[in-house]
Amino acid sequence: MSHCHSYLDHIDIPEGAKKIVLVGNPNVGKSVFFNALTGMYVDVSNFPGTTVDISHGRYGKDVVVDTPGVYGISSFNDEETVARDVILSADLILNVVDAVHLERDLFLTLQVIDTGIPTIVALNMMDEAADQGLKVDVDLLEHLLGVPVIPTVAVKGKGVEEVKTRIYEARTGHIPPDLKTHLQGMLNRIGSWAEALLVLEGDPHVAERHGVPAGDMREEIYHARRRRVNDIVKHVVSETEEGASFSTKLGRYMLRPVTGIPIFIAVLYAMYYLIGVIVAQDIVGFTEETVMQGMYEPAIRAIVGKFVSEGSALGAILIGEFGLLTMTVTYVLGLLLPLVVGFYLALSIMEDSGYLPRLATLVDRIMTGIGLNGRAIIPLILGFGCVTMATITTRILGTKRERTIATSVLGLAIPCSAQLGVIAGMLAGIDTKYIAIYVVVILLVLGVIGKILNKVLPGESSDLLIDLPPIRLPRGENVLKKTVTKSYAFLLEATPLFMVGALIISGLQLSGLLESIQVALAPLTEGLLKLPKETATAFIMGIIRRDFGAAGLSDMDLTPAQTLVALVTITLFVPCIASVMVMFKERGNKEGALIWISSWVFAFVIGAIVAAFVI
Amino acid sequence: MTLAQAKRGQRLLIAAIPNPAVRAQAIRFGISEGAEVECYEKLPAGPIVVGKGKQEIAIGRRLAENIQVKPA
Repeated sequence: MSHCHSYLDHIDIPEGAKKIVLVGNPNVGKSVFFNALTGMYVDVSNFPGTTVDISHGRYGKDVVVDTPGVYGISSFNDEETVARDVILSADLILNVVDAVHLERDLFLTLQVIDTGIPTIVALNMMDEAADQGLKVDVDLLEHLLGVPVIPTVAVKGKGVEEVKTRIYEARTGHIPPDLKTHLQGMLNRIGSWAEALLVLEGDPHVAERHGVPAGDMREEIYHARRRRVNDIVKHVVSETEEGASFSTKLGRYMLRPVTGIPIFIAVLYAMYYLIGVIVAQDIVGFTEETVMQGMYEPAIRAIVGKFVSEGSALGAILIGEFGLLTMTVTYVLGLLLPLVVGFYLALSIMEDSGYLPRLATLVDRIMTGIGLNGRAIIPLILGFGCVTMATITTRILGTKRERTIATSVLGLAIPCSAQLGVIAGMLAGIDTKYIAIYVVVILLVLGVIGKILNKVLPGESSDLLIDLPPIRLPRGENVLKKTVTKSYAFLLEATPLFMVGALIISGLQLSGLLESIQVALAPLTEGLLKLPKETATAFIMGIIRRDFGAAGLSDMDLTPAQTLVALVTITLFVPCIASVMVMFKERGNKEGALIWISSWVFAFVIGAIVAAFVI
Repeated sequence: MTLAQAKRGQRLLIAAIPNPAVRAQAIRFGISEGAEVECYEKLPAGPIVVGKGKQEIAIGRRLAENIQVKPA
């Protein structure tokens, strides 16, 4: 009954092996079960065409596949589409449910049961439920669902062994009789109970796969399902006491602007300290300068130099200033890797603690002003680490329109950490007045660009509608796993782009075009920006790496006013070659080119305006 | 009245959610037409946070303006 799906073809499924699929809402503890079942042998791969990672491993002779946390099986976003395809192909489903949030989680459980695939439920976080004064009648729940239900406290290992031994007791649960009647009608045309359900619920993709029109019963089925969930919860859950716990209160404080904004500032400062100070200065200083430039580069130059002269064209491409084996490797491993790991670490902690959705809620109002909703805070914050990485994460945004706005704002107004370090250093040397002007100009541009795009782009942005999970202390193991998975996926995606970028720059340099561009730009820099013509070199360098550009400026003899103009221009203008390439890849050639070219125009126009005022 | 007009601490009955996609997503979070919810939090000109049981959901202001509610 399983179907051919591009990703699932990659998993080697032995003859006669069953496919066990883990399903659950976000943050219910699926990964603990996944680790318990698969042990050490885990493969992580990126689902084609999405940012969604899927882990899979072995349990005995069978294959276990993890899915992203979802609230239901349908196609509202990437995660759900991926989860849906994996679930539809399952032989057996282990559904992990949060005992504290049965009202939310059982909706997915009932949908899973309605697919007709044999299911077993792990009722997790029983300790937390007890702490909150909730009592769950497990036997009655099992009876009402028609599938085995095992109470667990996965993080403490309670019940995990029982889930492992009883997993093959999974069975088809109770499907409501009237839904069954409808499904049987659809079954003749589809051939699979599970896919018939999705077609009936109006999933356009599944319907298209079978060449049938999508059904129009979603509302009806969802309503009936919701009524059943409420009914089940009413019968199996009894509340023994009430009262807001500390974490509930903390969650509220994070939302209210009076307390939420100071908390946000504190979190930002902690992030800045981790990424800007510890990683960007101490760790990168060691990995980039000491390890890569100090040890790796001379070694690789010596080895390759034996076969190819560094002066030759091939030598320049391989081990020259912008070489594939020199600059690219140093950049990716020495600079980017520590930064990316640092950022994803901070982000995973925020995600697992339940802070991120609350932050999205707090900033939603401000973001709607530039045509985005609160969720867009994630790529914008990531942009301060690395615009390339942030551009990839704009995929989490609901509509194409929002992705365009976020990418443009990122390309223009957000300086990445590599650049930020140099900018901060240069600003520190000049008058406070100029620092204030710099900040105001950049924020103004960010706001104006967002506002304009919001007006000009057709359509509407999506509204905020998110679940606020409980605030809890993140688990180290889970945070580390997420960090490693995401960092690896990012490097896999970005490294080829850096290589292409390095090749282009080497080509420009070898053909002498790099110098011609420098000469051609000179009038613009001298005339418009009132800067010495050597700054053109810094701008060109900025294309390769933003901080190269800024670093080039810091070597020059500029007045404080000139420094301000140069920094404004270099912040606004084109991002580094890697982020430009990601921009093209994500947004398509036409839109990518438009964003790229307008960032140049904006940078020079605004630079010129600032120059006219201050110089 | 609309959800956007609710006051913090007020108990409400969801009367109508006009957008079908929003309706489908809200129902999965436990908030459907006819459900009783509590307005937990109201950010100045920003999202409304409603709760039902232990479940909390943040709803953007523009969306909240389109959700019809009745005091419960």
